[in-house]
Amino acid sequence: MDKFRLFPPEASTSAQQIDWIYFALVALTFLICIIVFVPIISFAIKYRRGSKADRSNPRVESVLIESGWTIVPLLIFIGLFGWGAVVYFHVENPPRDALQVIVVGKQWMWRLQHAEGKQEINELHVPVARAVELTMTSQDVIHSFFVPAFRLHQDVVPGKYTREWFRATRTGEYHIFCSQYCGTQHSAMIGRVVVMEPVDYARWLNTGQPMESIALAGERLFRERGCSGCHSVNSKFHAPLLEGTYRKPVPLETGEMVTVDERYVRDSILLPGKEIAKGYQNIMPSFAGTLSEEEIMQLIAYIKSIGNQTPSNESAPNEQR
Amino acid sequence: MHSTTAAAPFVHEQFDDIEQQRKAAKLGMWIFLATEVLFFGGLFLGYTVYRFTYGHVFVQASRKLDVVIGGTNTAVLLISSLVMAFSVRASQLDQRRRLVGLLLGTAVLGCVFMSLKAVEYHKDYVDHLVPRLGFKWVGADPGNAELFYWIYFAMTGLHAIHVTVGIGILVVLAMLAWRGRFRNGNYNPVEIAGLYWHFVDIVWVFLFPLLYLVGHR
Amino acid sequence: MKTATEIDIQTEGEMPRLHYLNVEIGVKSWLLTTDHKRIGILYLWTILVFFLIASVAAAMMRIELLTPQGDFVTNETYNKLFTIHGVLMVWFFLIPSIPTVLGNFVIPPMIGGVDTGWTFYTPYSTTYANSHVITMAGGVFVAGFSSIITGMNFMTTIHKMRAPGLTWFRLPLFIWSMYATSVILVLATPVLAITLAVMCVERIWGVGVFDPKLGGDPILFQHMFWFYSHPAVYIMILPGMGVISELITCFSRKRIFGYGFVAAASMAIAVLGFLVWGHHMFVSGQSVYAGMVFSILSFLVAIPSAIKVFNWTATLHKGSIYFTTPMLYALGFIGLFTIGGMTGLFLATLAVDVHVHDSYFVIAHFHYIMVGGMVMAFMGGLHYWWPKITGRLYPEFAGKLAAMITFLGFNLTFFPQFILGYLGMPRRYHAYPPEFQLFNVLSTAGASILGVGYLLPLIYFLWSLKFGRVAGPNPWRATGLEWQTPSPPPKHNFEKTPTVTERPYGYSPEEDVDLHLASI
Repeated sequence: MDKFRLFPPEASTSAQQIDWIYFALVALTFLICIIVFVPIISFAIKYRRGSKADRSNPRVESVLIESGWTIVPLLIFIGLFGWGAVVYFHVENPPRDALQVIVVGKQWMWRLQHAEGKQEINELHVPVARAVELTMTSQDVIHSFFVPAFRLHQDVVPGKYTREWFRATRTGEYHIFCSQYCGTQHSAMIGRVVVMEPVDYARWLNTGQPMESIALAGERLFRERGCSGCHSVNSKFHAPLLEGTYRKPVPLETGEMVTVDERYVRDSILLPGKEIAKGYQNIMPSFAGTLSEEEIMQLIAYIKSIGNQTPSNESAPNEQR
Repeated sequence: MHSTTAAAPFVHEQFDDIEQQRKAAKLGMWIFLATEVLFFGGLFLGYTVYRFTYGHVFVQASRKLDVVIGGTNTAVLLISSLVMAFSVRASQLDQRRRLVGLLLGTAVLGCVFMSLKAVEYHKDYVDHLVPRLGFKWVGADPGNAELFYWIYFAMTGLHAIHVTVGIGILVVLAMLAWRGRFRNGNYNPVEIAGLYWHFVDIVWVFLFPLLYLVGHR
Repeated sequence: MKTATEIDIQTEGEMPRLHYLNVEIGVKSWLLTTDHKRIGILYLWTILVFFLIASVAAAMMRIELLTPQGDFVTNETYNKLFTIHGVLMVWFFLIPSIPTVLGNFVIPPMIGGVDTGWTFYTPYSTTYANSHVITMAGGVFVAGFSSIITGMNFMTTIHKMRAPGLTWFRLPLFIWSMYATSVILVLATPVLAITLAVMCVERIWGVGVFDPKLGGDPILFQHMFWFYSHPAVYIMILPGMGVISELITCFSRKRIFGYGFVAAASMAIAVLGFLVWGHHMFVSGQSVYAGMVFSILSFLVAIPSAIKVFNWTATLHKGSIYFTTPMLYALGFIGLFTIGGMTGLFLATLAVDVHVHDSYFVIAHFHYIMVGGMVMAFMGGLHYWWPKITGRLYPEFAGKLAAMITFLGFNLTFFPQFILGYLGMPRRYHAYPPEFQLFNVLSTAGASILGVGYLLPLIYFLWSLKFGRVAGPNPWRATGLEWQTPSPPPKHNFEKTPTVTERPYGYSPEEDVDLHLASI
């Protein structure tokens, strides 16, 4: 990790793709520098004051030349834009089979939790050659989760979820930096990613105390915090059932439709009155301030995990579906 | 020919003649108004974003505002703009007494607007609609309702500051007009003050529907 | 062209008896002056003080970064240093430098208003940072008013106060670039003002426009902030481009190549510059599609800059090139600006920006534009118009030496930062992993050379005030209107308003003129 280098280690699939664009840009920069600097130097010598060079009939305009050096760069730029956009699209859209890790940034540390329940601080252990998706939020200011070796970079914003993913290609240890200024100890908000062979990773995951997976933790919270008292078929309150709702559209009182996603679930927990599902009353209390960011993410993971189930009792009122 | 006994048009040293000075001042005012549009624009952008995000609660919150006072104020400002337009005309026609009367008339209408605004702000306070000062909200999502009122006070407050400045300018202009400063085609200051006053009026014409009318069907 | 009589007022080799500097004396006559030339001088002294303070802050940061550990200053001091450096350099030096000093001085005679330590990002600025945020924002707010007024003043002057015969396409390119700058100053600054005002109100009264805890949106702050701050980058570079057009033509004794394209490029930059702010937010969590729109627009805004570089290069063709100090700065500008502009493309490319965002690569890129571009242009312009401003010539040899030291020191300071950035060193780091040390040491070494390059002119400029050779009205045999009046000019610039009958830059490369520089 702490070895002198001229070029950063290339340890993920997207790092390779990004580096190719980088090399192309470096080559273009050299080319443009030659195109500009060679004439400047040669004109400076040839037409230095007092030289015997021919200065008759100097040109001061030419639409043809101007169009040439407008259109050629334009075409090159459009090509570069397209290349960059395609790779960016790839970098921003995680594959479906990715391992899930949740990340909470706070001044000045990273708290991470694997889907299986294992928790880490300022460290992230991952298996090589598997896609890993990070779902991130912050509990105070904006941070940014930056792993140079993976060419991976995403702001971590309070009040919303951002995500990034990578597929490590090489085992080893790599830096994690916070790259968005977040206060005095900004430069101390660092950590490391440990990329391991799958066997080692499995062993690492199973050491220590037995763990409760994120979704199970969410289910426990769902019971302990009283959510299940209302959101269940036996409830005496009229509250929507949450099985099978995740990723599905739901009509609101206002007549709009929203998709049940992380944002909607989060807002429904913290600002229950904001978007009331059609046919329900605004009777749910807000849980703002009583749940930590991790707990909210665990609850979301639970709702996600029951996203393919149907409510256990078919006689339940369900205007939602 | 202009009479030479009255105050001759005053040309500042950097200008060649009165015409250049007049054009420069007018253009300067237009540019200033462009900066004002952008200045208010920031708040309009904030309004738009949160109206989009929290549309429902904004509609609820908007219903609590007093449309009658708001509507009356709209009428008052529109009339004041008309009076201002007459003042500019009077200054161009060199009608001194009329000019003084019309400028003061515009200022009085401005004061009526501010008084109604003060009554309305007081009413908002009594109704617990002022953020951070005894704000109370029954209904969904009090936080975002408070955000609406915050934007409401920021926008109307900034507008009120502009109206107050405008009234001050009008009073000073009326005093100068009384002394005959705008005679003999020297009406430039009245003209650019008119531009400013119309701008303030137009801002309100946008504020009124956005803040008062969104909740009414 | 009837110019001889105006010039003849000044006898060769002697200072004019009465000029703007001595027509009135005393502190009051300076502080209350309405003479644009005196205002320019006042600005020069003011920004010089800010430049020195900000440079000291930079020097202290570079010393801190010599070693990986944070040992020279505490992290809190370090954060203050980069904030001071950023805020002062951007709002109190770069933005005012060419517009207020050279602009105020020469616009009327010619034609007859950051990256900072963004401690400003919400919710950090509204809830977590210490109370200096409000002071800082207040300072920027006041400076912003100055920017708006400056922009309004320039636009009005250029529109309505041109000399007879000076049509739009006879304007010097410096004026075109200042016009484009003014458009940005006038339209962008108010947005910054309202954003900072809302931020302060939010901080004081705790209402949540930008704070997510209160229902606000911190990304909205970034949008409003960058809507100002990206165009502000062009406020900092456009005037520099204008100066370069003046210098390149004068010292290659030739008309500019493609006048219309260079002028139009300035306006295109001003317009497109308003549409690219989102490229600062590719990793902020904004939508992928918004990112794509901002990316392609950012590529487009590079085109007019490229056109300018190509046209300046073509201007040298069949010219008669004089290697004076201003020309050395101008050629240095083209080189550094080309590198700065090309590395901007790295940042406009979405996928690459994901990696280099907020790293030292960004620092290196914008210093190539701001320091390599704008400061080089400012120094070039200051040397070029120094004889006009003071009536005396600076020592040419020392000038050339300083220009070359600056160029070398600059590259040594900032080129290693490109490598550091791609390696992944984040910006605003007070301490860093040891593998980054070598490039940081190189950078600090370069900064010390750069410091010499800036101190040298300070010394010889002061020296020249008393001992410099008398310049005469037009030491460069330049064609601009400002050279048709004595140096220093009288209070009202021209005894009588000159009339313009032809396009600018009427130089002839075949005529050999003696600039008397060998003897300085």
